[in-house]
Amino acid sequence: MYSNRYITVYTVIMTLIVSVVLAFLVTGLKPYHDSSEAVFKKKDIMGAIADQIPSDLKSMPDDQILKLFSDNFDQVVLDANGQQVEGAMADKVDMAAEEKKPESERNYPLFVYKGDKGNIYLLSVRGNGLWDKIWGYIAIGDDLNTIVGASFGHVAETPGLGAEIKDNPNFPAQFRGKKIFQEGQYVSVAVVKGGVKNPDHQVDAISGATITSVGVSDMLQKGLKAYLPYIESLKTAN
Amino acid sequence: MADANVKAAALEEKEPFFGKKERKALSDPLNDNNPITVQVLGICSALAVTTMVKPAFIMAISVTFVTAFSNLAIALLRKGIPKQVRMIVQLVVIAFLVTVVEQVLKAFNYEIWKQLSVFIGLIITNCIVMGRLEAYAMANTPWRSFLDGIGNGAGYGIILLAVAVIRELFGRGSVAGFKIIGSTNEFLLNTTQISWLGWYQNNGLMVLPASAIFLIGIFIWLQRASNKKLVDIS
Repeated sequence: MYSNRYITVYTVIMTLIVSVVLAFLVTGLKPYHDSSEAVFKKKDIMGAIADQIPSDLKSMPDDQILKLFSDNFDQVVLDANGQQVEGAMADKVDMAAEEKKPESERNYPLFVYKGDKGNIYLLSVRGNGLWDKIWGYIAIGDDLNTIVGASFGHVAETPGLGAEIKDNPNFPAQFRGKKIFQEGQYVSVAVVKGGVKNPDHQVDAISGATITSVGVSDMLQKGLKAYLPYIESLKTAN
Repeated sequence: MADANVKAAALEEKEPFFGKKERKALSDPLNDNNPITVQVLGICSALAVTTMVKPAFIMAISVTFVTAFSNLAIALLRKGIPKQVRMIVQLVVIAFLVTVVEQVLKAFNYEIWKQLSVFIGLIITNCIVMGRLEAYAMANTPWRSFLDGIGNGAGYGIILLAVAVIRELFGRGSVAGFKIIGSTNEFLLNTTQISWLGWYQNNGLMVLPASAIFLIGIFIWLQRASNKKLVDIS
């Protein structure tokens, strides 16, 4: 039998040793975490317009990804009224944190790709899937209407069903060529079951993943709307 | 006093460095006492991370690392651990090692870390790890415990990889990302080009967790049918 004193001293010392070692480890690895997170995020963003970028993203080393991104992309942060926030970087905007703020205080990140065929605007959207959050980047072409690319991500959708929004390249590919305005009115793009009737504004849902599909629809409807004031101001500027 | 030391040393020397007991500690968990198919532990992660070979492999390595080094640490400390708080001490050691694995993985293989997500953290609650600490490391020497940890991690890993290979091959047509069978030219066997394979489709069930429980069930059946030691005499 051990005395209470021995047990207390034993646990305190053990906890102290473990916490000190872990604290050093986490601090030491922090720069690596930050850089791999940055590369991952940039790959995610550029993945939406992978076919517009004249290099192979998958086989590219990390430092080249960062260079490609900083050379070709402008970063704009918009407030809820569509005004640019001075000096803010879009890749520092955390959509998950913005979502918790009241709508009038939210900031929205916008990435602008300056390619050969004019600007491509990458809008960031976030919503709810079946099990957890889903998000996506929607790339809109120079006409500020036609979608030229999309990519989606999720936390925990069902593999083979809801997770197809990310795993099956055919799903985001459907969005290419869709339009978000109809005769000047905002209509977004809907994910529908049972066949596309309006080819400009609808894409096919994933069978067996109704709630995720509805979630994507909803996310686009609400998410793209947040960028409308800025899109309107760009249109008048042109 | 000096005499006693010499005697103790002589006693220890009689135990060979890698004898029968060590071999048993290492090889038992691979078949006769496999943590998944015989003890039926660690099923949760076996269902979740076996859709593809690569994450399953990383998971197997991680679990092997954690079982081996937590066994080693607990075996080293076993004489000083107060019995009343031994579970807490074991948990602290496991949690420490799992945090190390998670942090290192996050720093150097971010994409796999994203894929494995909560399941790395859940190694802490993996019954295999704590089960080995209680059953083996508390009563055995550090070296033997370390081998037992490696053995159990490997026993877990073998099943994980076997399930993952089958699930990825029949669910996605690839193995470890290498495309084998599918309906485009990227695949080694293009089903649209080979006439007698035109019927082939990926099996959607294989990407769902349910298929893993079927596969593990089949493995248990095969193992029990072939291994006489596991036959229930009653």
